[in-house]
Formats: sequence, C-alpha cells, structure tokens
Amino acid sequence: MIIVRSTLRAVGVTLLATALVTGPVAVPAGAEEAGAQSPKILRVGVTQEVDSLNPFISITRTGTDILRANFDYLTVYSQKDYSVQPSLAESWTTSDDKLTWTFKIRKGVKWSDGKPLTAKDPAFTFNKMLDDETARTANGSYVAQFESVKATDENTLVIKTKVPQSTMLGLDVPIVPEHIWSKVSDIGAEPQFPMVGSGPYYVTDFKEAQFTKMKANPNYWRGKPKIDELHFIYYSNADAAVTALQGGQVDLVNRLTPTQFDALQGDPDVATNNAQNRRFNEIVINPGAATNDGTPIGNGNPALKDVKLRQAIAQAIDSKTLVDKVWGGYASEAAGYIPPAFKDYAWKPSGKEVRKFDLGAANEALDKAGYKKGQDGVRVDKQGNPLNLRLLAHAENVVDENAGPYIKSWLSDIGLNITIVPVSDTQINEATTRGEFDLAFSGWNANPDPDYVLSLQTCANRPNAEGKGGTPDSFFCDKTYDDLYRKQLSELDPAKRAGIVKQMQARIYDQAPLVILGYDNALEAYNKKAFEGFPLQPAKGVIMNQQGYWGYYGATPAGEGPVPVFGENGENTASGAGTTQAAAEDSGSNTGLILGIIGALVVVLLVGGFFVVRGRRRTADDRE
Amino acid sequence: MSDILIPTEEALAEAPPPTGGGGALRYVLTKILGGLISFALVVVLGFLLFRALPGDVVQTMTRGRPATPEMMAVLEHKYGLDLPLWQQFLRYIGALLHGDMGESYFYNVPVWQKIGERLWPTLLLVGVSTLISVALGLWLGTRSGWRRGSWFDRISTGVALTLWSTPTFWLGMLLLAGLSGWFPTAGIVYSDTPPDFFSQAVDIAHHMVLPVITLVAVTYAQYQLVMRSSLIEESHADYLTTARAKGLRDDLVRRRHAVPNALLPTVTLVFLHLGMVIAGAISVETVFSWPGLGRLTYDALTKNDLPLLQGTFIVLAGAVIFMNTLADLLYRVLDPRVRAA
Repeated sequence: MIIVRSTLRAVGVTLLATALVTGPVAVPAGAEEAGAQSPKILRVGVTQEVDSLNPFISITRTGTDILRANFDYLTVYSQKDYSVQPSLAESWTTSDDKLTWTFKIRKGVKWSDGKPLTAKDPAFTFNKMLDDETARTANGSYVAQFESVKATDENTLVIKTKVPQSTMLGLDVPIVPEHIWSKVSDIGAEPQFPMVGSGPYYVTDFKEAQFTKMKANPNYWRGKPKIDELHFIYYSNADAAVTALQGGQVDLVNRLTPTQFDALQGDPDVATNNAQNRRFNEIVINPGAATNDGTPIGNGNPALKDVKLRQAIAQAIDSKTLVDKVWGGYASEAAGYIPPAFKDYAWKPSGKEVRKFDLGAANEALDKAGYKKGQDGVRVDKQGNPLNLRLLAHAENVVDENAGPYIKSWLSDIGLNITIVPVSDTQINEATTRGEFDLAFSGWNANPDPDYVLSLQTCANRPNAEGKGGTPDSFFCDKTYDDLYRKQLSELDPAKRAGIVKQMQARIYDQAPLVILGYDNALEAYNKKAFEGFPLQPAKGVIMNQQGYWGYYGATPAGEGPVPVFGENGENTASGAGTTQAAAEDSGSNTGLILGIIGALVVVLLVGGFFVVRGRRRTADDRE
Repeated sequence: MSDILIPTEEALAEAPPPTGGGGALRYVLTKILGGLISFALVVVLGFLLFRALPGDVVQTMTRGRPATPEMMAVLEHKYGLDLPLWQQFLRYIGALLHGDMGESYFYNVPVWQKIGERLWPTLLLVGVSTLISVALGLWLGTRSGWRRGSWFDRISTGVALTLWSTPTFWLGMLLLAGLSGWFPTAGIVYSDTPPDFFSQAVDIAHHMVLPVITLVAVTYAQYQLVMRSSLIEESHADYLTTARAKGLRDDLVRRRHAVPNALLPTVTLVFLHLGMVIAGAISVETVFSWPGLGRLTYDALTKNDLPLLQGTFIVLAGAVIFMNTLADLLYRVLDPRVRAA
C-alpha cells in the first residue's frame, strides 16, 4: 500500500478525483436501457405524490389516475365527449320507480391473474363500502343512498337505492376482485403488489415518493395495450420534470406553466398538447354567510348582500384580459358555471342575460343603486360606510398572484377599495368556511356528472351550527336554485337534466354570488421521438387525469400508429395500420455504469481511508 | 447559513469546568438527564405547536370531494379530534410511550413507518455529503490557514465564501439544467433498474452525484473557515516554536502539532451539525425529488398532517438533542483540558 504522506491531502485529492471522474463523462441512463428486446415503457412525470394506492382510500389526482388504469368500472366516460358508455356492465335497466337498477355484467372478463370477473365482484365491492366505514373513505358519497346490492347470478347485479339517483351511471367506484379483497382484514391498509385488477394495466411496484410501476394486463378485455409498462415517476420539482422530458428521462408530463409550455414549443423532440380542461376559476362573493339553519356567521361586508352590488362587481371583471395576461392565452373566457369541456351541460349567457365587461355601465348601475362616491373616490354603502373589501388569495398560487392586481384596479375604477390578503391554502379554506371573507379566489374541477359542483352552491352545503361539515363555496342559498337542484338530481332523462342544469347556471350568473374568471387549459407535453401520440379526452382534451383510462390505454409508441380513437362502445375506430418503422434504437453503452461503479468505489475507499488515516494519526501522536 | 457558527461558540463557551475523577460519572449523568428533559419539552411543545396551526384538519382532509357532515364527524372521531385538548394530549402521550406516533392523515399509514421509509435516503444523502464536506473543508482549511495570505488561501477562501452564499436551490437547478444529460433528474433510483443489489447500489450512487455536489458546495465552507481560523490562532503558539526548534520539517510541525490542536473546535462543530443532518436539506431534496425526511416534514406542514408533523418534529428534535449530548460527552474525551482536574 502506498504510504499516505498527508492524510488530509489524500482525502481532498480523492474527492476531487471522484467529482471529476464521475462528473462529466457518465452516460445518460436512458441509453443504457435501450435495446432490441427491452420492454416498451411509458414514463410519466408527475408532480403530485400518491397518497395511497388503496382503491377505497386514494383521493389524490395522481392516485386516482393510477387506479383508473388498474381497475375498470361498471360504466366509463367516453373518450370523445364524456358521455356514459358500457364497460364492465354491458347493459342496464331501471325499474319504473327508478329505485332498482339491474346491470348485466360483461361475460368472459378476466382479472389480471386469470380468474374470471363476475357480478359477485362489484357486489362485494359495494357491500364492503356499505358495511365498512373505512371503505367509504374515497367514494362513500356514491353509495350513501344505496339500499342493497346483490349479485343474483354470475352476470346480474341488482342495486336498490333509497331515492332515485341520477348518478347511477357515473359510479366512479373501482371494482375490486372479491377473491383478493375478501381476505384483507384491514381494508384501509396499503394493498399487496402486484395489485390484481381488471383495467389495462396493473400496479407491480410502488415506491412512495419515488415511482409507481404498472405492467400491461395481458387479460384486459378490450385487448392488451401497445406498451408493456407504464411508470409514474414523481418529481417534487416541476422544472426538473421538464428537463427530464427534454433529456428523454420521462416521456410525458402535464400541469406545465405557460412559461414552461412556451419554452417547449421550439424543441423538435417534444410535442405539446394545449388541452381543454375540467377546471373553472372563480371569485366568490360573500352574499351573507350563514349556517345551514340560517344563523348568520362570519364577518363579510353586509353590503354584498345586495345583488346589484354583486352584479356590478361581476361586470367590472374582464375575463379576456385575465385569459391573455394571467394564463398567457392558455385558457377560455368565462361563461357558465360548468366548464365548456362538458358540452352537454355547459351554458353561455345569451340575449338580455349577457353582462359585458363595462366599467361605465357598472359605475352607472352603482350610482343608480344609491352607492355614492366619497371624497376619495371610494363609494359608501347605504349606512355611509366606505366600501372596503378584502380579497383572499392563495399565497402560493400564481394565478391569484397575477390576477389580483387586475381585479383590484378594475374594482377601484368602479369605486370599491380592495385589499388583497394572501394567505395559505388551509387558511383560505378555513376563512371561507367560516364566512370570514368578502371576496375570495376559488376554483373546482368539475366532473362529467355535474352533481358535485352544483351541490356546492346549495343551502344544504352550508356548515352546521358548529361551523362544521359542509364545503360551502360562496354561501349562496337560493330557493329557486335549490328547487332546480333537487329536480335535476332525480331527473333521469339526460337531455331534460341538462336543461335544468343550464337553468341553474343562469340563476347563478344572474344572482352573482360568484364570478367565473376563466377556464385554464391543461398544458401537457410528450416525447414525440418515442411516442406517436395518445387518445385525448374529450376530442381536444387531456392525455393525463382523464375521466377514464383512454390516454394511457391507447398510448402508441413511435412507428406503431395510428393512435386509436375509441368510439361509442369503446372500440377502436381509427383505421389502417401504421406504416412508419420504428427508428433504430441506440445501442446501449455501459460506460456510465462503469464510471458509476468507479465513483462508488472511490467513495467507499474515501470513507474507509478517512477512518484508517484517523487511526494512523492517533498512533503517531501516541508514539510521540 | 449565517447562524451556523453560533452553536460552536456556544459550545465552547459552555465547556464544562474541570471536575475531579469522581465527577466524571456525574458529568455524564447530568448531560444525559439534560438531554432527556429537553426531549420531554420537545414532546409537549410538538403537541401544542401544531394544534395552534390554522385550519380545520377534517375540513382540509375532505376538501374537494363530496363529504357529508356524518362522514366528517366520523373522521373527527376516528382521529380523536372531538375530544377536549387535555384528553387528546393524554392519549398522545400514552400512545407515544408505546412507541405509537399515530397514523398519518394523508398517507393513511403509521407515522413511524413513513418516517422509517424516509430516514435512510436522508441519512445516505446528507451523511455522505457531510463526510465529504468535512474532509474537504478540513483539508482546504489546513492548507489555507497554514499559508495564510498565499494565493491558495485567497482563492480557496474566496471560492468557499462564494459557494457558501449561493442559494442552494439555484445551484441545484443550474447543475440539473446543465448536467441532466449525464445524471438523473429525480429520485434515488430509476424505476426500471434491476432489483439486484449491485445494480441498485450503482444506480443510487449515480443519482446521488448531483445532490451531493450541491450539498457539499454550499456547506464545506463552514468547516474550512473554522479550521482555517483555529489553525491561524494556533500558528503563533509556543509549542510550535519549540517543535520548529527541534528541527522538525514544516510539514511535520503542521501535521503532528498544529492540526491536532486546531481540530478541536471543528470536531465540535461537526458533531453539532450531525444532529441536524437528518433534518436534511429541504431545498436539495425538493430540487432533486429526493425522498427524504426534510421534504416529508415540509409536505406534512402544507397538508396539515398533524400526526406526521408531530412525528417528524420529535424525530428531528430528538436527533439534535442526542447529537448535542453526544458532542458534550465526546468533548470530554477529545479535550484533555476538560477532563483534567
């Protein structure tokens, strides 16, 4: 062994050597794994952690996205337009009193482990949710009105409900295999992997805060997917995910900011998708918050109870400017409460209803309503108090941060003095639930079934006497609206129901307890060298976070096009086979691997050396 | 980073007075008892502190999905949030004594399990970087302190100070943007690395390079500066003159005489820092998506996950207390002056 002259120097030199050697020369790992026989993997970069992969528990966007690919549902929302179409249930009938639903379960469907799927599996799933509180954690609201669920034979599932329920064809409940889950003692525990499922993929491995790996389900009843594996890779840093996309470490990312999206436009290897989304952004106006028994709560400015004032506020907010400046053009202008992506339910004011952005008209309306301007240009309410209003904003939200000043300046033009109050997400939720706000930024993701977002604006959704239980949005409580809400809930004819839903939106628009700011688009991008494309939902919609599994299921590797289009019964309606050949794959090089090993060895030596040397020094000292 | 030198000074100032041989045991016991008392305070504080956070926990948990008042009441009951505060506290202490830190609201798994999962990546990342940065800092500090005012001293001290004042996340992002072609951009292993030990180990080492470089770059300066200044302090000591007079080579004088004496404050600093090692480096963990304890703490805070917050708080504070106590005890071993009666 070489005699170490200066221990510290040796350590330092080794260190520098490590940094230099393993630094610039290592090879991208992507290249190592490429090879003629390697499986086709779709790597998806996600920026939200998975809370749980238990289908009864998971509520996060990423978690449910993964579970949608793992478990099929009785019905699914179509790729084209979110209409309901058969999935595990082939067909269904309803009794005359609309309380009994009979689903015919598809024959010949197999779980990913080869066992047959029968009506007993959905019966087990729903009954488990009825019996076990924990099993209702994620999707309990769907079964809240269930009376009983039975499998009368292998292929017939009968569900009885207590009241007619319009959401029976949108039961967003993953159907789990009875032969696995009946043996699970703690239904809330993390599931075993591989997680047997009936969807296009099944989870084989989950490393919390790192990745989730799925494999193609060879028994999938619609046919095996074109890719072999689907990996979700977690990024806590969105910019790193974009860098990874450009470097080929991931193939697909979403939730890009306009800046990131624009930066990717020039990249020849990257295709971008500016997709219509399910989200609406709004400002809620406190119309006089109260609990569900009508007791006033909170400290909202009482002047906002006046519908004339609220309408003037709504008229003084320009959605077009917000779309251009806040969302960089990647959004649609405000219309109804339901986002335009849901064509059947979306509504737009027309004729006399339309309230165009017009500061002059808003000023005039306020003059007429008796809000006089004070000396400083701020209007006063009927009691003579100046109209000072708080606008609660999410402190870490770019949209709130950028839209706030515009809104403040418009409202100041109509004589309202706005103070923007940036607070944390939990504080804003808390304050709005307590009614302690005048104006507040808010927003929701609508579902293909509009029931949930509509319910947010009902009287019943206000908190109880203790200020708990309830997710009030604007504290709107309006008899006309509530009557319409109940009517749509039990209306089972889709067209009639859509009509009622539109009336409800017209009512919200007119009463202005909230102002829609716009509908921001989902910005996604994928590696087009590796992938031909993905089915979008709806036609101009998203690849990821679909209300279904079409995007992942139809993922088409480069050269294996065309990208499938799933029709009314889920069949692929894209014609013709791909003719382009897959580009020659780079042969793997293991330089990176070797250098990595050297690096690891150097680190080991270094650590060892450090201690050895310390020991030597001590003996030297002792000798002296 | 500016407060980083304070603990050293405090530790030095608080160096215990010399005691007799019989006092050794008492010294050790006092230190351990002090540590235990601090820990008990941490437990109480952890409970109260997070109860004072704004936001209704159940409200936060159910935000954005259908939840009936009954479901919310059930949740409250499940987590014992419907009890008076003192009862919640007793339950919490009772459970803690059984090693049970409760169940995370967000992940639905026991807190200790979650912390256990995240502890090792943090120990690995921060442990390796601390080791490297200590070694690098000591070496550079010795060189530059011994030849004070030389080109080497000026350049290395300048570089160290510049890197020390560089924002961690910024340096991390630069490295990521510049070197992403050669190094992984996130996590600790690739999702498709074969499960055998060797491939995994190599892949982990590959993933560690950028975060370690970042952490070392922003932390080694403190060791270098302390080492440098304490060496400069020693450089005029009489025993060095004696050593030189004996005719020892300059190199030997430095290595055998100056460095061991100058090492003392640095070693103390290292131990104090080891306690903070598991608090990790939130910014590095976030930039490189490293699944560590620092980020878990931050996430728990943003998600209002009370049990998880309490758990991480106890573990992090416990580690600092443990290491401080250890440093106190080691100091006695390392510095004969403390031991001597």
